[in-house]
Amino acid sequence: MTDTSASYSAASGPARPSILDHRLHWRVMLPVFLLLVALPLLARAMNEDFYIGVASRVLVFALAAASLNFILGFGGMVSFGHAAFMGLGAYTVGVLMQQGVASAWLAWPLAMLLGAGFALVVGAISLRTQGVYFIMITLAFAQMLYYLIMSFKALGGDDGLSLPARSQIGFGLDLGDDTTFYYVVLLLVTLCVLLMARMLNARFGHVLQAIKENEIRMSAIGFPVYRYKLAAFTIAGAFAGLAGAMLANQSSFVGPGMLQWTQSGILLIMVILGGVGHLYGGLLGAAVFLLLEEVLAAYTMHWQLGLGAVLLIVVLVAPNGLLSLRRGMWRKP
Amino acid sequence: MNAILILEQSLNGLQFGLMLFLLAAGLTLVFGIMDMINLAHGSLYMIGAYMVATFSQATGSFWLGLGLGVLATVVVGVLLECTILRRLYHRDHLSQVMGTFAILLMSNEVVRIIWGAQPLMLNPPAALAGPVELMSGFSYPAYRLLIIGVGLLVALLLWLLVTRTRFGMQVRAGAANREMATAMGANVRRLFTLVFALGAALCAVAGGMLGPLLAVQVGMGESILILAFVVIVIGGIGSIRGALLGALLVGVVDTAGRTLVPLLFEKTMGPDVAANAGPAVASILIYVLMAAVLFYKPQGLFPAHD
Repeated sequence: MTDTSASYSAASGPARPSILDHRLHWRVMLPVFLLLVALPLLARAMNEDFYIGVASRVLVFALAAASLNFILGFGGMVSFGHAAFMGLGAYTVGVLMQQGVASAWLAWPLAMLLGAGFALVVGAISLRTQGVYFIMITLAFAQMLYYLIMSFKALGGDDGLSLPARSQIGFGLDLGDDTTFYYVVLLLVTLCVLLMARMLNARFGHVLQAIKENEIRMSAIGFPVYRYKLAAFTIAGAFAGLAGAMLANQSSFVGPGMLQWTQSGILLIMVILGGVGHLYGGLLGAAVFLLLEEVLAAYTMHWQLGLGAVLLIVVLVAPNGLLSLRRGMWRKP
Repeated sequence: MNAILILEQSLNGLQFGLMLFLLAAGLTLVFGIMDMINLAHGSLYMIGAYMVATFSQATGSFWLGLGLGVLATVVVGVLLECTILRRLYHRDHLSQVMGTFAILLMSNEVVRIIWGAQPLMLNPPAALAGPVELMSGFSYPAYRLLIIGVGLLVALLLWLLVTRTRFGMQVRAGAANREMATAMGANVRRLFTLVFALGAALCAVAGGMLGPLLAVQVGMGESILILAFVVIVIGGIGSIRGALLGALLVGVVDTAGRTLVPLLFEKTMGPDVAANAGPAVASILIYVLMAAVLFYKPQGLFPAHD
C-alpha cells in the first residue's frame, strides 16, 4: 500500500505487509465482539446483573485509553492531561442535566466538541515543546482546569454533581436501563475504534506514524508536522470527551476527581499495560486494569498491593505491554 | 495588606519552598543522571515521615527519631534501587512511569498494612512548640523557623557536596553527559546508588520535618510529588541550582498566592468574585508559572544538559 522506506527503530511485533498499517484481526476480534454482545444475556442468566454496569464502565475507559493511545502510540505525544478532556465531557453532561437538558443528541456531541476545543488550545501551546516538557505542560493545563472546576460553586465544587437521570436518546430506548445503556455504549465505542483504525490506516495515520518515527525528516520532506500532530491531538480530545460524557451517565455523577492528575496517570498506565502503539493496546489495558481492580478488591482490602505487583511484573517481563506477548499466541498475519 | 502579613507569607513560602527543594533535589539528580522518571519518589517521602514518626514515638525524642528515620529510609531506598529500579534505567520513559507507579501503589498498601489507615501523630520538640517574637508585634512559630534553618543548612551542605567534592563532580558530570562521565572513569552504577541513597535521605528529612505540620498519612507523597516535578521542570532538569530556585519560586508563589490573590480580588472586584475566583486563581498560579517559564525557556531556567 505504502512505501515503507521511512526509518523505524522501535517497531516491534510481527512483520506486516506495511508497518504503518494496523489490521483489525477479524478472526480474533469478531468472537470478542460477539461475546461482548452476548454479555448482558450471560450476566442475566447467571443472575449477576451487576456485571453489566462493570462492563459499561470498562468499555468507556477502553475508549478513553484508546484515544490516548491514538496520540501516544501512533503520534508519540505523551499527554499527561488526558483526564481533563474526559472530565470536560462528563461535566458537559452534568451541567446540561442540571439545566434540565437531558437529550444525549445535544449533550454527547457537545461533550466531544468541548473536549476537542480544549485539546486544540492545549495542543496548540504544548506542541511547541518536546519530551518531558510536553508531558509537564499538558499536565499543567489539566491541573488548571481541575482547580478551576473544583472552585466553582455552581459546578458543585469539591462535591461534584449528582445526576438525577441518564441522558435520553429517544426512539423508545431508555438509557436508564443498564442493558440498553450497555448496548449504546458498546455500539459507540465500537464505531469510535473502527474510526480510529480507519484513520490510522489512511494517509493521515501514515503521516502521523512517520512523524513519530522521524519528525525532522517529515518536516524536511515538507509535511506540516505541527498541524498533523495538532489535528491528532484534537481528535483524541473529542473521543475522550465522548468517553467522559458516557462515564457521567454510567455513574450518574460528575466530580472534580475525574480530572485529577492521578486519573490521567491511570489512563497512561492502561495504555502502557495493554501495549503502546498496538491498535487494541488501550482497549486491552483498560479492561485488564479495571477487571484486576474489581477481582482483587473482591478478595482483599489490600488490592492495590496485588495490582501494583501485577503492573510491576508486566513491565519487567513484557517491555512493550501485554499485546507484545501475543507473538507466540497466534500466528503471524 | 500590611508589612507583617507580607513578611509572614514570605517566611511561610520560604519554609515550604525549602522543603520542596529537599524533594526536588533527589528527583532532579535521578532524572538528570539516569534519565529516569521516578514516580515512587513521593513514596520515599511518605515512608520517611512514617519512619521518623515511629522512631520518635519509640525513643521519645524527636531528634533521635529524625536521625534513625532518615537512616531507615536510606536503607529502604537503597534496597528499592538495587532490586527493582536498577532494571528500569535502560527502559523508555513510559516503562519507568508504569514501573514506578506500581511501586507507588505497593508502598501505599504496605504502609497501610504496617501502620494502619489512620494518620499518625508526630509532635514537634516541646521546646519549639510555641511562637517566637521576631520583632515587636510579629511572632512566628518556632518550629517553622527551625524548618527554615534546617532547610537552609541542608541546601548549603548539598551545595558544598555537589560543587566541592569528588562525588559532586562526578554527579555533575553524570547529569551533563552520562556516556562521557562513564568513559572518563566514573562508576555510574555505584554513583547512582549513592545518589539514590542521598535522595532518600533528603526525602526522609522533608517528610520528618513536615510531619508535625501536616498529617502523616497514606498518599501524602502524591500531591507533593507533582509539585516537586513542577519545581524541577521550572528549574531545568538535572540542575541543583535550578531545583533550589524553582522550589523557592513555587513555594513563595503558591503560599503568597493563597493569601494575596483573594485579598487583591476583594479590593478590585468585590467579595463575590473573590470568594469564587480567588481560590481558583491561587491554586492554578504555579501551573501558570510553569507554563509561562516553559513557554519562554523550554529547557527550564538552569538546564544541566546543553
